[in-house]
Amino acid sequence: MTLVQNFPFFSIVIAMFSGIVSSVLSGKQARNLSIGAIVITTVMSGAVLAFCLGTGESYTYMMGHFPAPWGNEIRAGVLEGLTALLFGVVMLLSVVGGMGHTFEDVEESKLNLFFIVIDLMLSSLLALIYTNDLFTAYVFVEINTIAGCGLIMIRQVGRSFTSAIRYLMMSQLGSGLFLIGLTLLYDVTGHLLMSPAKEAVAAIEASGSYEIPMLVILAVISVGLAIKSGLYPFHSWIPDTYGYATPTASAILSGLVSKGYIFLLIKIFYRVLGRENVVASRIVNVLFLFGLAGMIMGSVRAMLETDTRRMIAYSSVAQIGYIYLGLGLGTQDGVIAAIFHMFTHSATKALLFISAVGLYEVSGDKKDYLSLRGAGYRNPLAGIGFTVGALSMVGFPMLSGFISKLLFASSALLSPHKMLPTLIGLALSTVLNAVYFLRLVTTLYSPATPGAVVGEMRKRTKAAHWMLGGATCCFILLNLILGSFSQPVVRAIAEGLAMFE
Amino acid sequence: MVSHLFSNIEETVAVILFGVGFTMLLLHRNLIKRIMGMNIMDTAVYLFLAAKGYISGRMVPIVVDGIQDTTAYINPVPSGLVLTGIVVSVSTTALLLALVIRIYGRYHSLDLDEILMQVKKEERI
Amino acid sequence: MSRRKDDLADSRWGRFKRWLDGEVDPLMAPDMETVAPRSAEAAGQAGSAVREEAAGQAGSAVRAETGGQAGSAVREEAAGQTGSAVRAETAVQTGTAAAVQAGAGSAVRQAADRTALAGTDGSVRSAAQAVLPAKRRKGRLYDRVYQVMSVILCLGIISVLLWTIAYLPVFGNAGNPDNNEVSARYIERGLQETGAVNIVTGMILDYRAFDTFGESCVLFIASCCVLVLLRIDKESGAEGVKERLKAADDRRFEPKEDIILQKCAMVLSPVIFVFGIYIILNGHLSPGGGFSGGAVLGSGLILYLNAFGFEKTERFFNTKTYRRITVSALSFYCLAKSYSFFTGANHLESGIPLGTPGAIISSGLILPLNICVGMVVACTMYAFYTLFRKGDM
Repeated sequence: MTLVQNFPFFSIVIAMFSGIVSSVLSGKQARNLSIGAIVITTVMSGAVLAFCLGTGESYTYMMGHFPAPWGNEIRAGVLEGLTALLFGVVMLLSVVGGMGHTFEDVEESKLNLFFIVIDLMLSSLLALIYTNDLFTAYVFVEINTIAGCGLIMIRQVGRSFTSAIRYLMMSQLGSGLFLIGLTLLYDVTGHLLMSPAKEAVAAIEASGSYEIPMLVILAVISVGLAIKSGLYPFHSWIPDTYGYATPTASAILSGLVSKGYIFLLIKIFYRVLGRENVVASRIVNVLFLFGLAGMIMGSVRAMLETDTRRMIAYSSVAQIGYIYLGLGLGTQDGVIAAIFHMFTHSATKALLFISAVGLYEVSGDKKDYLSLRGAGYRNPLAGIGFTVGALSMVGFPMLSGFISKLLFASSALLSPHKMLPTLIGLALSTVLNAVYFLRLVTTLYSPATPGAVVGEMRKRTKAAHWMLGGATCCFILLNLILGSFSQPVVRAIAEGLAMFE
Repeated sequence: MVSHLFSNIEETVAVILFGVGFTMLLLHRNLIKRIMGMNIMDTAVYLFLAAKGYISGRMVPIVVDGIQDTTAYINPVPSGLVLTGIVVSVSTTALLLALVIRIYGRYHSLDLDEILMQVKKEERI
Repeated sequence: MSRRKDDLADSRWGRFKRWLDGEVDPLMAPDMETVAPRSAEAAGQAGSAVREEAAGQAGSAVRAETGGQAGSAVREEAAGQTGSAVRAETAVQTGTAAAVQAGAGSAVRQAADRTALAGTDGSVRSAAQAVLPAKRRKGRLYDRVYQVMSVILCLGIISVLLWTIAYLPVFGNAGNPDNNEVSARYIERGLQETGAVNIVTGMILDYRAFDTFGESCVLFIASCCVLVLLRIDKESGAEGVKERLKAADDRRFEPKEDIILQKCAMVLSPVIFVFGIYIILNGHLSPGGGFSGGAVLGSGLILYLNAFGFEKTERFFNTKTYRRITVSALSFYCLAKSYSFFTGANHLESGIPLGTPGAIISSGLILPLNICVGMVVACTMYAFYTLFRKGDM
């Protein structure tokens, strides 16, 4: 076994270890350690991706001395490497970009706790990506939930407590359903590792026994993870959560946390339950409908909002709807589009949240979006960043959002029954997106009303200013890369999905 | 079907408890009762898991007198999973209760609706 | 509002029903005495900052659901995080007029008493209910719909799961799918491969150790989040720290130097400690292990704390000790398991002797790991308790 093959394991452990050690460090040391850990894990994920692309196949990694059905296992392939790489980059940029605000919003004696939460969040995301064991997935889902809650309430103002408790209650509902799904699955298959469980599921499907339990397992696991990732009817916690957390937390929660659950769901669909069974069971149609409803309703609610950050949060509801729509199409292309949109959304939404920080800074931190008039002139870089993000969400050519919409449309053409609703939904949602995002962008570049008090500008250290600017630039670049060099990414996703089977 | 439910009485009870907990978590406006609901739900899942590991007439999986025969012991896997699950539920309960303490200190209420009303009122000011 | 409705609201049944609906604040039960002194003190500090609400505005201040509760007459509300001035909002439930007449500052206590008296007056209450905002009524309808929907949803979930159970393998049957080669190997070869007599311990700390490591991290991150929420940094000097310290301090409500408790604790806590240590050290031989033993140790610490007070325990246990113990135990856990995972995956010999099965010093890494987990769990349990009690360790 070569050294590179150890990297998935190393990256999980490094993130976790830095989290553990951070609890005796000061805030600044913890920050440095945390950023170091994120950089190292990102580099390692890149190496894993390169290795898997080179060999063309995935591999499993024993966690301990015992092989597959007995010991824990993790698994790495092209898709895992790619997702881990992208998550690492987005995480790094979000942490760096929101650093100035983090140091203001968090009590000084609790800064190291914030970075512990970030580290453990990273390690749990990596573990969710790499895991090959269902119960490991459950444990890390819980770590992810608690870390998410920690990120929300770290600001310690009234609103963040209420949104944290709503988030945690909703997530616990999801976890409970997920756990009972796992229990039922263990009962009928007798395995917790994904590969043997898949064989057992295939045997069950072939013999035709346990038909109803399998259907219920599929439904319960899907609904549980859908609640946790904030699919439309279960989205009520999203706007508060994303809208009132510290910017780093908003970016990470909207960009990464919900995506981790979706990735897990895709992994369970492919690696345990089998895609054919999932499609045959028609659960996908339910996901499709919920996704469609989320696309429209999320955009409508976003249009009605006046608070910019809540607007972006409602737009997240719509984008999660897109992803489930892709899953719900039930074809390979649909899933590829969903995964690509997952990447797009995490890059773009984090960009929007981070650049919104830059705009708020020069507009006196008011909630109403009208206070942002002329902010694009006062902070040009943040204005450009926000514009790029908004255009990407709307689906402007050259940007990543365009590619994902193209992929959705082209995959919809191949599934005859769902073609019409998908295309109508896409068109409608795009128009709605355009309405509220372009309204924001024009506000940014319309001259400030004369006589209106801009409010006092935030004093900012030079370092924080540079970090914010750098992070915005990198995010714009990431968006452009995903938009203009989408072919290799799509090919890698297809290759990775093929390895899942 | 009913007879099967009776022979699987442990699972039946667990599922009903799960539903009760789920209802409490969804329906109650009092935060403490919601947390109780969550605990009932978790416990129901552990009961379910523990019931899955049981095999009639066999012993706990601790090797005695060097007997290492599968026919002597029950399935050890669910017991281990329950152990892990319990710790997870303890952690989330502690976190939720701490959040409730802070919320009560801030809004002097445990009713989520009222708290949200107060939050809205505060924002308008 | 008809007279009969009022009667219903007053009756025991009505009160019970409101309690069931969660409308009544259980910590402010009707016949419970209000903690008037505290709010009076706060109000005294606030001085003129006490905000009066005129009788006309009272409609919004009257919390409709607590309308019947005379007890919680005075409610203090810290003025947000800014904490510039404690804004003792006299949210008078019932006799608003009485409170309004009372002046600011120290008179609040008087007002509390008077309103408590006035609370029994039904007519005042119904007047308060009459100004119930229309918005609230609309909310009620939404609540009803929501409740009905969730009951239907939950009944649906129960019935679907029951329906599933009818098709699941039979309870207690040795031929069920989950009694397969996995559990067979744990039982047949667990003793040789892990050295642990207790097969469950061998399974969670050796075969499936990664899960258990994740589980310890769940506990760790939960304790970090509770620290974020509840720890009050005395040295920070930030605004509002004093108020929060005072609010978190509940020691003056408990009996001091309780001789019965102290004598019992004197006898019991050593036994509990020894029992906890026994459970931890014998985790691989008998039922138990780090988690259960740690919980026992933690409860012993809590008993000791309750009997002898914080001054005694702070001598040997404070935040620093807590951090050191947790970090060293978890780091050891992390490093030891990483070594074992790494050697396992690369097919190297780990070189850790398993010892003779059945002896205390045996089964390789399981014993030290159990000790680590036990320390972490004991400290975390104790930390939860002290954080909940006074916001620090």
